[in-house]
Amino acid sequence: MQTPGYYRVEGPYLRLQGQQCRRCNAKQFPPNPTCRSCGATEFDSCNLSGVGVVASFSEINAPPAGFSYPFLAALVTLAEGMTIAAQLTDIEPEDVKIGLAVEMTTRRIAETGSEGCLIYGYKFRPRLTD
Amino acid sequence: MRDVFIVGLGLTKVGEHWGLGLRELGAEAILAAIRDAGERRADALFVGNMLSGVLSGQENLATMLADATGLLPIEAVKIEAACGSGGAAVRAATISVAAGAAETAIALGIEKMTDVSPDVVTAALATASDHEYEAGFGLSFVGMAALIMQRYMHETGRTHDEFAPFIVQAHRNAMTSEHAMFHLAVSPEQFARSPLVASPMGLLDVAPVCDGAAAVLVCSRDALRPHHKPIRIAGSAIATDTISLGARKRMTFLQASETSAAKAFHQARLAPGDIDVAEPHDAFTIMTALTLEASGFAKPGTVLDMAKAGAFASDGDLPICTFGGLKARGHPVGASGTYQIVEACRQLRGDAGKNQIAGAKRAFAQSIGGHGAVAVSHILEA
Amino acid sequence: MKPDRPVGIWGYGAYIPRFRIQSRQIAEVWRPKGAAAPPVPQKSVLSYDEDAITMAIEATRTAVRRSKVKVASIGGMWVGTESKPYAVKPTATLVAAALGLPAQILSADIEFACKAGSLSMQMAIAGVGSGMIESAVAVGVDAAQARPSDILEYTAACGAAAFVLGPAAGAMAVIDETVSYSTNTPDFFRRDGAAYPQHGGRFTEEPGYFHHTLTASRMFLEKTGSTAADYQYAVFHQPIPKLVERAAKALGFSREQIEQGFCAKSMGNAYAGSSGLGLAAVLDIAKPGDRIFCCCYGSGAGSDVFGFTVTDQIHDRRDQHTVARYLANGDNLPGYGHYLRLTGAIRM
Repeated sequence: MQTPGYYRVEGPYLRLQGQQCRRCNAKQFPPNPTCRSCGATEFDSCNLSGVGVVASFSEINAPPAGFSYPFLAALVTLAEGMTIAAQLTDIEPEDVKIGLAVEMTTRRIAETGSEGCLIYGYKFRPRLTD
Repeated sequence: MRDVFIVGLGLTKVGEHWGLGLRELGAEAILAAIRDAGERRADALFVGNMLSGVLSGQENLATMLADATGLLPIEAVKIEAACGSGGAAVRAATISVAAGAAETAIALGIEKMTDVSPDVVTAALATASDHEYEAGFGLSFVGMAALIMQRYMHETGRTHDEFAPFIVQAHRNAMTSEHAMFHLAVSPEQFARSPLVASPMGLLDVAPVCDGAAAVLVCSRDALRPHHKPIRIAGSAIATDTISLGARKRMTFLQASETSAAKAFHQARLAPGDIDVAEPHDAFTIMTALTLEASGFAKPGTVLDMAKAGAFASDGDLPICTFGGLKARGHPVGASGTYQIVEACRQLRGDAGKNQIAGAKRAFAQSIGGHGAVAVSHILEA
Repeated sequence: MKPDRPVGIWGYGAYIPRFRIQSRQIAEVWRPKGAAAPPVPQKSVLSYDEDAITMAIEATRTAVRRSKVKVASIGGMWVGTESKPYAVKPTATLVAAALGLPAQILSADIEFACKAGSLSMQMAIAGVGSGMIESAVAVGVDAAQARPSDILEYTAACGAAAFVLGPAAGAMAVIDETVSYSTNTPDFFRRDGAAYPQHGGRFTEEPGYFHHTLTASRMFLEKTGSTAADYQYAVFHQPIPKLVERAAKALGFSREQIEQGFCAKSMGNAYAGSSGLGLAAVLDIAKPGDRIFCCCYGSGAGSDVFGFTVTDQIHDRRDQHTVARYLANGDNLPGYGHYLRLTGAIRM
């Protein structure tokens, strides 16, 4: 991802900034020009809680160029209802299961070369309980 | 709109063509299709391809190939629908003839994937998903398929090894398919033991990285000639779904497959039970299962039972992947959709040699881009 | 030093990554038999997707959440570190963006070796105490680099501590007095472009750590008319345990007073995060009325000294995210090779 492209997604990437539809109130993430629920095009900004559960997961042994560690890919269903793709972190593959409670943490996602922009964004880790 | 007929077929062998680039592969398939049709030229050229820019630094691909094949100043454009590009090119050619904008048109599917290292191909294939919110996090194309498979297994209680019949059958069919990439049998045990690339999927769940080109020449009824062996395009439809997997209404149901298949069946005035041979988009074993379910060939949740009972074998109710499918014939991504059409036509012409399904009159082919984000369905009739 | 308007800590947060490497695992590779025992039993190690920026964000999120301060009122953001991922480009603005802080903000990165974090707190005190801004965040964080086989390898660790500062009224701990003392002493430094720092061995002790720690601490005690006995807790910068123990003893602090804030014994030296983590550990258990003495040393060299008095607001500003919990949730790495891989020491 090039620097301006990363700059454009900073709100969603760093703090799960989503949208709330002004017409039907549905919350949406990632942001989209149109509301997936009702088609409207006007939104207010909202930051999501970052709390969710694992809906599916896979241990990726052959990462794409730009990603060097085998890692855990997942689909996470957030408390607000939507499901998003993200990496899991701070957990061993054998401890992951569908339904695991997770929370958002900000981690280094990638870098555009050793002298390029660093990409920080959301991953999910096991929720710290009492 | 007018009826459209396929009258010319051409393809290259699928494999790692170290000595052939886009120009050579494309020309081989295009010229073979023109020759097969007994024609000299066509009115339009539609080139289905996903990655020529990213992997070969070459866009303006259709122009380049028109130039390479002596077809200038033919109307020519590149058509892109991720791994469904080959099917989408056939659709574009169909529309141009059906609408009367052309009397004859060529649809080429072509892909050159082997010039770069595997991690670069992996990153390139991920351009079929949502760049900012899927690929941007390193979620590879293979990884996304694995997420669907994991979820399907969780929802249905099925195990990974139950997907074996698709692979075993595809490889068996490829043994006698001259243009297939692989000519080796795979046993259920080998499938179960294959090293994990993205859990729960192993190496043998995934179609290979390879090069290839396939082309069809289509024409109107007015342009038919006595020496042609015409196959009518009875149904041709494209449907789309959300680009990102998370936004799907249901992660394990391919809505685009269902919609495009239903549209094609409606145009053809046929039902799934009328189909003699099918070429589904078997890029991953889970996709084989889900496209067969969504297209109406199996009730949701039953496809693995049908596979186990031999329903999709060459002597079964609905033979699939008759020349090896994406898995064993190979999956040069933007070309696969056109390979499917060429192979289906061979079946319906009676030209399938050792792979012939006796009496095949109607074929179904579905080419998919992304993880069911776009589905291109064709129904062909002899 | 005392600002015109009294300032206090409104919230605090700590973060220590989960991986650990045992000193004996390092010693197995480098140390000749018969050598002296390593200074600490283990240290914290970053995960492959963490760095000073991600740790700063973690600690700051906890601090802001527990402070009950409105994000819109935060007018200052200082991050002190010597392991910035960008040599040029502020960490502070990235942390501010992660928290959604207002754009009208005084933000900067601070460098003064291990006292960059405490200096960030001095900046925040000055900003709030002068009335220029309503509240501010001060972070000390490091992902310390040490040359493999160097003695520092046993202790160069990682962690972050963040503090939200605001007016003393309503704070959980009031800042009574501070002293900052600096000289130009090159006891430990890293040249631009160099991967690892140079240190002066024993030169770092007397002319470095002890001179500045003891001088600044004595200045502070004299200025405030207090002695070690007046404080319930004392926190020092913690390069290795024996330096802390000697400094504490020289100033009259007992073992019991320094124990709670003595995180280095369990995790090594988090550099600009070290004394901040010690302070956070103390705040995790301190009671209203407790007085805390904190002296942070940084090479190059200097010391910042603070005196805090805890208020009854502290009960509302804590939860289960304690330093003790982070220290207890350690995952030991299988071997030295894993450690080299995570710290980026292997050339690829």
